[in-house]
Amino acid sequence: MTRNAGPGLGFEESLLFEQSRPGRRGAETPRSDVPAVDAAALLGDALRKRAPELPEVSEVEVVRHFTRLSTWNAAIDLNLYPLGSCTMKYNPKLNERVARLPGFAQAHPLSPESNTQGLLELCWRLERLLAEISGMDRVTLQPAAGAQGELAGIMMIRAYFDQRGEKRHKVLAPDSAHGTNPASAALNGYEVVTVPSGEDGILHPDALARVMDEDVAALMITNPNTLGLFEEHIVELCELVHARGGLVYGDGANLNALLGVARPGDMGIDVMHFNLHKTFSTPHGGGGPGAGPVGLTTALAPYMPRPVVEKTAEGRYAFDFDRPHSIGRLHGYHGNVGMLIRAYCYILTLGAEGLRRCAEMAVLNANYLLERLRPAYHVPIDRPVMHECVISDRALADTGVSTLDVAKRLIDHGYHPPTIYFPLIVAGAMMIEPTESESQEGLDRFADALLAIAREARDDPETVRSAPHHTRHRRLDETRAARRPILRWRPGSSSN
Amino acid sequence: MAEYEIPDTLRFSEQDEWARVEGERVVIGVTDYAQQQLGDIVFVELPEVGAELQMGDPFGVIESVKAVSDLFAPVTGTVLEINEALAEQPEAINEDCYGAGFLLTLQPADPQQTEHLLDAAAYRAHIQKRA
Repeated sequence: MTRNAGPGLGFEESLLFEQSRPGRRGAETPRSDVPAVDAAALLGDALRKRAPELPEVSEVEVVRHFTRLSTWNAAIDLNLYPLGSCTMKYNPKLNERVARLPGFAQAHPLSPESNTQGLLELCWRLERLLAEISGMDRVTLQPAAGAQGELAGIMMIRAYFDQRGEKRHKVLAPDSAHGTNPASAALNGYEVVTVPSGEDGILHPDALARVMDEDVAALMITNPNTLGLFEEHIVELCELVHARGGLVYGDGANLNALLGVARPGDMGIDVMHFNLHKTFSTPHGGGGPGAGPVGLTTALAPYMPRPVVEKTAEGRYAFDFDRPHSIGRLHGYHGNVGMLIRAYCYILTLGAEGLRRCAEMAVLNANYLLERLRPAYHVPIDRPVMHECVISDRALADTGVSTLDVAKRLIDHGYHPPTIYFPLIVAGAMMIEPTESESQEGLDRFADALLAIAREARDDPETVRSAPHHTRHRRLDETRAARRPILRWRPGSSSN
Repeated sequence: MAEYEIPDTLRFSEQDEWARVEGERVVIGVTDYAQQQLGDIVFVELPEVGAELQMGDPFGVIESVKAVSDLFAPVTGTVLEINEALAEQPEAINEDCYGAGFLLTLQPADPQQTEHLLDAAAYRAHIQKRA
């Protein structure tokens, strides 16, 4: 098999297992200078009978393998990345420079507190900044991502009711909720009750009142919601829940729309998570781990994950482990600290004015895109949006072109597709979040691509339906991949 | 509106399940409308034989390339048999949702309960209202 048979210097790449040749190696270990031991005697039956079949490759092959794969990436550093509810904003390079300062980069999690005062101070200050931005009283920095933040939040809610001797079994979530909301509630043993949104796409107090009772521990709500709409009744919704003794969990995935303008804590939210990798410009996915700090009111503070960084009377920073009601640890050591540094850098770089400007531009960009797309795409709920907009394939129904086809064709235009078929309450949804990072010209190029695809759907639907055409591989059989997945390489099998 | 097969002999729930009375048993599945909306079905999670289903409550999960959805019991009853073939061939729901792609059979708690479900005309109207 030819490995570099791509177009020009666009490299194809096989699995490392397929490149393996017996005896080839990338590193040599030094001769042992301690006495050999009898592994069989020490390990008994635990000693494996056969060596693992690891790929045998040279250093240069490994380097080329991963470098070639890295050239296949779609990334925010290449183009607008419109994944709705993911806030794929640009990650400023200054964040990276600051995170690499030796005092941060070389700190060991087991170093004594006296040696890491700067890092601890950063954590302490970041907690205060996030609390100020959100209107919450305290913030735990431990959770490693939004979903773990939700888990932490619901665990604290459960601990709160346990402590009060209240048995509550239900958690409410609107039908537009992120799938993680019901999952976090169910993981904590709660029955999830779905509350229908109104025809205007937002949650109404009367719909909530019908299902709200003393058996409800919490309402989980995202504001703005996944349709990009501001939950206008949020204050009344929170009051309804509080009146029956319940708590309100705020999913902070869409916080970017509110920065410096409105605060979840002021709306009545009791617990919420932040996605530092969305709102505060730390890398997504392969670029680095996530971080999902959780803000909470004073009433929930006893249950925060431990340890918590506190400032002592002498002005030193120290871990407080003495929190008997804590739900415990959620992460080894102290969370994904490298992400906390980047988020802190971002907040200080922008300042209060900059954060507000960021929300304003994100909202302006989403509404601008919606106006440009309106002539060609159906807008299921036609109201001014916040940071993202939802369109559907309904106007293309007579062409036979679906949302999936439009998404695939966008790849030919050089764009990662938006979030599709979500939220579930819109058939054929395309959920587009441009973020504040894009210029007007950048937004126009993206809108032009979507408008060209809608025209093409009328003139030449087959080209859209068989897209993508300019990719390394043509349309993949996603159905077969889901029904008969091949999850690992086996000797004798081929990646093709 | 696209064409959907809605057999006159069946009853339907608003959550797009169908029910067919066969003697003392009730066979249930998802409708043609549901399978067309979902697209290619890739996985179905069904309850165990003997499980008690409650009308309107979720009893399983259906997953397509587009989305994951709950399955809601159209009537209350005890599971007598599940369609084991769906584990290997979930596409049967796309190909024959009223036949080989059925989900399970139930011993209904109240045999009259299916009478309260929608008939074909009412279900057709229900779909049109949502379009």
